[in-house]
Amino acid sequence: MAVPLPVAVAMDVPPFRLSGTVYGTLLNHRTALAALGSAVDEPPYQGAPKAPVLYVKPRNTLASSNDPVVVPADAPELEIGACLGLVIGRAACRLSEGNAFEHLAGYLIVNDVSVPHLPYYRPSIRFKARDGFCPLGPRVAARAAIANPDALIIRVYVDRELRQTAHTADLVRPVAKLLAEVTEFMTLAPGDVLAVGAAAPAPRVRAGQQVSIEIDGLGRLDNRFVGVGT
Amino acid sequence: MKHARVAYAGAIHAAQPQQLADGRAGVRLADARVIAEDEVVWLPPFEAGTIIALGLNYAAHAKELTFAAQEEPLVFLKGPGTLLGHRGYTRRPADAKFMHYECELAVVIGRSARGVRRTAAMQHVAGYCVANDYAIRDYLENWYRPNLRVKNRDGGTVLGPWLVDAADVPDPGNLGLRTFVNGKLTQLGNTRDLITDVPTLIEYLSSFMTLAAGDVILTGTPEGVVNVEVGDEVACEIDGLGRLHNTIVSDAAFGR
Repeated sequence: MAVPLPVAVAMDVPPFRLSGTVYGTLLNHRTALAALGSAVDEPPYQGAPKAPVLYVKPRNTLASSNDPVVVPADAPELEIGACLGLVIGRAACRLSEGNAFEHLAGYLIVNDVSVPHLPYYRPSIRFKARDGFCPLGPRVAARAAIANPDALIIRVYVDRELRQTAHTADLVRPVAKLLAEVTEFMTLAPGDVLAVGAAAPAPRVRAGQQVSIEIDGLGRLDNRFVGVGT
Repeated sequence: MKHARVAYAGAIHAAQPQQLADGRAGVRLADARVIAEDEVVWLPPFEAGTIIALGLNYAAHAKELTFAAQEEPLVFLKGPGTLLGHRGYTRRPADAKFMHYECELAVVIGRSARGVRRTAAMQHVAGYCVANDYAIRDYLENWYRPNLRVKNRDGGTVLGPWLVDAADVPDPGNLGLRTFVNGKLTQLGNTRDLITDVPTLIEYLSSFMTLAAGDVILTGTPEGVVNVEVGDEVACEIDGLGRLHNTIVSDAAFGR
């Protein structure tokens, strides 16, 4: 009953293909946590996440660069969650910060698209799991090609206008620490992707707009947002 | 028919129930060998795609956890690394105070579904199996509940023993569920008490996401979840689907 992945992402390092399992990390960019202000410490949250809070971008959300993203009829605007994605190279269980990088195949750009939503207490998966809501690529850059994944600049352009500049230096849990804390309770498999978290405020787009996300060394992820039935 | 996937003698096999000549329970491999059920390694009975799970989908269980009425089904997603087969071992971390099983009816999608109405939904079901979806409540945080550290741990989602064809389950809306810990009945329920039933779940989910063959919906657990300890034998059973065994082991069993 295996269903082929609907993604074309070039990958010339082992395991040479994505598994189709993509995890996102909530509030792992300082700007995202800061955007909630004092609400972080109030009900219903009662404090910032103690351990990484992850969610799944299921396989129906996966899309390639240049695929159109359909803006649902019930959501006039969508949020662009421009993230660095870590691509797992070999089974990653109980990593230490010291050996975490050895388990990576490389990196790619992930656009974790959402219907804007609050609160973050128990949101419906309708906000993140729509078809096509996770474009990624265009390619996996080998780990060796990126000197420091904690020092990358992410730029989001909407209709060619620069709308967001984010720095992976501002991650709450930098790459190695995030991998260590996640793999304490769950093993990541070769080809799995862990998106490390988007900055706030997220750019919002409507049907008819073109989104490009650039990360130095990883290329550019291009997707046009379209209305239903177009 | 009932379908299993097992590892035996160096390969992975499709298998079906078959009693041994001496009366013991066994499986018949696709290559016709008949093996005792405790001589094979049981894998999840199908290759799972997206793993969809329901929280608080039985009224009494929702009340047990003091939860108010819901506007829409409470759905969360899991990754494939959490899956475990029949007779597997699940780790209980030493620092956990409340780790509990959840016996659930698992609905396996057989045919792609998008925008399906509940009246046509059951045509998209391949079959059913028993699920035991463990949670460790100590790790619950108030962000994107239930967070994966609670519900997506390695070996924390047990499926099996069999995938039972939909044709052999005439009424998935009236199946008794039971959990036994060390042989003692601790959880008892019936799928007739689901807040959102199977066809309505398929209608709801397929209204915003395409379901594909191999996707599985864990439909939630009834009341009666209790803490389990290292060494406990946990058996989840659903009418007509079989009995799914699991053993709770310590950190030491995992070299921790």
